Amino acid sequence: MKLYCLSNDAAKPCFVLSFKELLIMLDCGLSAHSVLNFLPLPPVPSTRLASLPNYTPPHLNDPLLEGELKECCGRVFVDSIPEFCPPLDKVVDFSQLDVILISNYTCMMALPFITEDTGFKGQVYATEPTLQIGRFYLEELAEWVSGGAGGAGGAGAARRWKELLHVLPAPLALAARPRSWRRLFSAAALSRALARVRVVGYDERVDVYGALDATAVSSGFCLGSANWVLRSAHEKVAYVSGSSTLTTHPRPINQAALRGADVLILAALTQTPAHNPDHMLGDLCVHATVTLRAGGSVLCPVYPSGVLYDLLECLSAHLDTAGLAGVPLYVVSPVADSSLAYSNILAEWVSVGKQARVYLPEEPFPHAALVRAGRLKHARSLHDDAFSADFRQPCVVFCGHPSLRFGAAVHLVELWASNPAHAIIFTEPDFPYLDALAPFQPLAMKAFHCPIDTSLNYSQANKLVRELRPRELALPEQYAAAPGGAAPRPHIAADVPTVLLRRGAARALGARRSMARATLSGALAARVAPRDVRAGLRAAPLQAALRVRDRRVSLDVAPPAAPGAPRPQAPRLDCSAPDVDALVHALGREGMPDARVERSADGCILHLPRHDTLVHVERHATHVFCQGDAAVRQALRRAITSCLPHV
Amino acid sequence: MPDIKITPLGAGQDVGRSCILLSMGGKNIMLDCGMHMGYNDERRFPDFSYIVPEGPITSQIDCVIISHFHLDHCGALPYMSEMVGYTGPIYMTHPTKAIAPILLEDMRKVAVERKGESNFFTSQMIKDCIKKVTAVTLHQSVMVDNELEIKAYYAGHVLGAAMFWIRVGSQSVVYTGDYNMTPDRHLGAAWIDKCRPDLLITESTYATTIRDSKRCRERDFLKKVHECVEKGGKVLIPVFALGRAQELCILLETYWERMNLKYPVYFALGLTEKANNYYKMFITWTNQKIRKTFVQRNMFDFKHIKPFDKSYIDNPGAMVVFATPGMLHAGLSLNIFKKWAPYEQNMVIMPGFCVQGTVGHKILNGAKKVEFENRQVVEVKMAVEYMSFSAHADAKGIMQLIQYCEPKNVLLVHGEAQKMEFLKDKIEKEFKINCYMPANGETCTINTPTKIPIDVSLRLLKAEAVRYNAQPPDPKRRRVVNGILCVRDNRLSLLDIDEMCDEIGINRHIIRFTSTVRFEDAGPSVKTAEKLKTLLSEKLEGWTITISEANISVESVLIKVEGDEDNTKNIYVSWTNQDEDLGSYILGLLQSMVQ
Ligand SMILES: [Zn+2]
Repeated sequence: MKLYCLSNDAAKPCFVLSFKELLIMLDCGLSAHSVLNFLPLPPVPSTRLASLPNYTPPHLNDPLLEGELKECCGRVFVDSIPEFCPPLDKVVDFSQLDVILISNYTCMMALPFITEDTGFKGQVYATEPTLQIGRFYLEELAEWVSGGAGGAGGAGAARRWKELLHVLPAPLALAARPRSWRRLFSAAALSRALARVRVVGYDERVDVYGALDATAVSSGFCLGSANWVLRSAHEKVAYVSGSSTLTTHPRPINQAALRGADVLILAALTQTPAHNPDHMLGDLCVHATVTLRAGGSVLCPVYPSGVLYDLLECLSAHLDTAGLAGVPLYVVSPVADSSLAYSNILAEWVSVGKQARVYLPEEPFPHAALVRAGRLKHARSLHDDAFSADFRQPCVVFCGHPSLRFGAAVHLVELWASNPAHAIIFTEPDFPYLDALAPFQPLAMKAFHCPIDTSLNYSQANKLVRELRPRELALPEQYAAAPGGAAPRPHIAADVPTVLLRRGAARALGARRSMARATLSGALAARVAPRDVRAGLRAAPLQAALRVRDRRVSLDVAPPAAPGAPRPQAPRLDCSAPDVDALVHALGREGMPDARVERSADGCILHLPRHDTLVHVERHATHVFCQGDAAVRQALRRAITSCLPHV
Repeated sequence: MPDIKITPLGAGQDVGRSCILLSMGGKNIMLDCGMHMGYNDERRFPDFSYIVPEGPITSQIDCVIISHFHLDHCGALPYMSEMVGYTGPIYMTHPTKAIAPILLEDMRKVAVERKGESNFFTSQMIKDCIKKVTAVTLHQSVMVDNELEIKAYYAGHVLGAAMFWIRVGSQSVVYTGDYNMTPDRHLGAAWIDKCRPDLLITESTYATTIRDSKRCRERDFLKKVHECVEKGGKVLIPVFALGRAQELCILLETYWERMNLKYPVYFALGLTEKANNYYKMFITWTNQKIRKTFVQRNMFDFKHIKPFDKSYIDNPGAMVVFATPGMLHAGLSLNIFKKWAPYEQNMVIMPGFCVQGTVGHKILNGAKKVEFENRQVVEVKMAVEYMSFSAHADAKGIMQLIQYCEPKNVLLVHGEAQKMEFLKDKIEKEFKINCYMPANGETCTINTPTKIPIDVSLRLLKAEAVRYNAQPPDPKRRRVVNGILCVRDNRLSLLDIDEMCDEIGINRHIIRFTSTVRFEDAGPSVKTAEKLKTLLSEKLEGWTITISEANISVESVLIKVEGDEDNTKNIYVSWTNQDEDLGSYILGLLQSMVQ
């Protein structure tokens, strides 16, 4: 078993496991940190962004760099369509992948990079909510990125700056391998990739080419989120990615299924270990209330699903008690209507509490009722006629993208940046909020950082590993203790052998297999009579007809051999040399009474002059030299066999 | 040969109520726990005393599985869990768990409040019963205990209807419940993978029918309704609150819209809205089309269909009324029937099967007068139409399912004996497998081959594969492995002889035979050896023969040629005891060659 790590971003993992001659990709996360180096793509032209001054590195005159870089408040940005950092494609040939297993919708955004135009021929498995919500995320992203208006340097992709990192200021100078960054895939590639996904349910055993079973088990992190358990007859691998032991809206984590694995691979822990999600949610409600009371509006840059549902539920309830029940809530996204509607038909994927509502029958989430009451409104974009006509302030707007590089949020920040009454509250943990805000400086509106990441934190993860008792643990190196000399950091500490992985690395895992699982037919089992070899162990020679179907092996009664040609026989296990006196006796019974015995240190030699035969008896071998007479040889065989202890 | 035993307590050669006992591998499973709608006495519930004449029933049943919410499949469940005292696990899908209690309560009201029956389960008992239910999702593999595993498949009969695959050890059974192999207006078609169960227990309601095309039936239905209301008649459609009702509503709604009709259409039940809400919540269980469009338009929000009020019964003029229950055995549909039946411009359309003993069954069989308990006699002058809208698989569908899952045996339930007989013949002829159709209370025993899990040495398998792949491909060639079977702690493994010796720490004693053949052949020994190899290759098809200088080897058989250039050669043939057959065969070959 071997594990390859293809992602640099532990929260957006991508591993490939080679197991039982199969190549299995575990998640295909897309790291979007790279977009922070780019100038925002406003949905409507922005004069401020368009008039930012060009940047030229000192003492450099490179006409190719012309117009690629802009400066805002001392920070340099690339003026081009933002690029992403897909999983490494050099280590594993994607056309050789057999299966891709996706754990949740935040870890599948690179799927088209893996499956389209790469020769990929395998299967992709995900739960139904993962596929649907993943589709919302991807479609929204694709629409935001392609829908930008002006501002960014037109159609041409800025490339030259990637050659000149050494002369650029930080943080651009520290960009990791920008030459491997890619533009987002086309909408067509996206829908082709999603069409490949096969939907599975929790605890459904998926047969992977007859070699192993893969089972998605609830991970408690978001709707449809799963950990994967891979099981062959003799090995168990648990892939734990994006799990939560907190009680929120999804089905709780299924820990029992992960216990006792030979290998446990741990990924996508919290990105904000210092922030307690419950406290952050409380802080958010307080900041929002204070801002709204003072007549300001609140912007929450969010993804179109996930924590958004909790925010809507908690914030609306909080505003009700704060006497702000009249404040409208807006969700702006090309997929807002689908996302809100879809979440309410996932009865089988929500927590027990939410499920109980479905039996009444009422929607599991209160946002359907908020929509019916006109309290919550949603729109495809800020320019929907119905929406702009209805827009009232103060209000709370939820919209993407959390990086503030594309989407409606860009326009709203531009619009509200200079007004200190407004507030922007960051809840998504994927981007450092100050970096997200950098191209909008100077900023008068208030900015709050309330990251809500319900993934396991380090102490929860350590507790989980202790409880699950794997034989071996594999982690991205970021999760290990800081190397000597560096400042200590929270980390995973387990007293099991631990393998650390970094992007591009491959590590061997687990023990080598020596056995395969098969079935033995009752008819064949009835024919063998195992004898005691020693206490607790019985054995018998066995010849069996072998059938291999879909990689499943079965053993049955071997048909009688065709007459004429011989065929291999079941082995006989003879454990020690024949007793020579007994042998002489046995030979006598077979009509060969004239054996002469010569004893030596190594054993002895039996001479049968009348039959022109010699028998050497040694400790580990008996060697019979005889002439071609089959009858004589058979008699010798019988005699020797009769005095050999054997199985 | 371990057996699988099946005893129907209901649905054995009848359609009344489903309740089937299944025993395999030491586990007892109850498949459905239905109630007979045709009876008002104790005959309506399964005879639980069959399972255990006295004493607790829980120890005799490992689990109860409910296939869908129809009362002939779940109606006796509260009776069993709350009155007979079963406390073990109960499984059903989420929609079934949500909807079944509503139908149970509905039935309870009719039985207790309208008919004044006593000794019936109470509302609280229904609630307590449903609390004990474990809800399952499609394809989820549920371990009931260490040995018993169940898994639900989509059955397409009503919302949440499921077929169940049940496994104990190497034995497996599929129970279909009611299912439908053709997608309809709101549900998809039943689906199962090639799970090759030892036994398929399938319903056979429409065992002999090949239903005419769906579209024809729909057109027919709409035409009849339209003609009747055009003439000022009233149309009564008795339905169950959930299921077929929703499909017929969608059908009428779209027709009214298209034809711009104004005749009132009523759905006579407070449940309507609630029922439709269930469809909204569990929209993932409906068909592709509804699921795809639900964000834009909810198929279950009806414009033309209004709630019915009892006072409308005597309103003059045309109308269409959907009323429960579906078999005209009680409740509102029966009340309306009594009022409307004596007028010939009216019409009743029975959209589903009616069990014996119900008014529905009587009028479908042509009864012109129906007598009720209180000696009231109602003349039936209204038109009586039967339209098979029940979503059951027809003969073609049943054959299709058998083809999908490739069972080794089939057992028919939930159908009429004669029709079953016909289908049984057809299945046995077409698939060459055994088909059974036990009557209620009759036990059917099915033998299944045993399969014991065993670990096989990879070294052994690899060696076999090398040998096998070295030969020209031939699908008929038998593959054979030879090894040592080890039994330890009741676990079996098949090892290579050397692995076995290592494992138990002993040295093998090897017996070898060597014989010499003299051969007149001039030239170097290597040449002679090559000749021998050619000869052996011809005779020993399927064996790997290697040659190195003047040494040839086949398995453990070694052949060595010695002698001077121009002289007689000595051919030594040597083999281990185990390869006696091969060794003596080769020796024989060489001896005959020399002569
Ligand atoms: Zn049914």
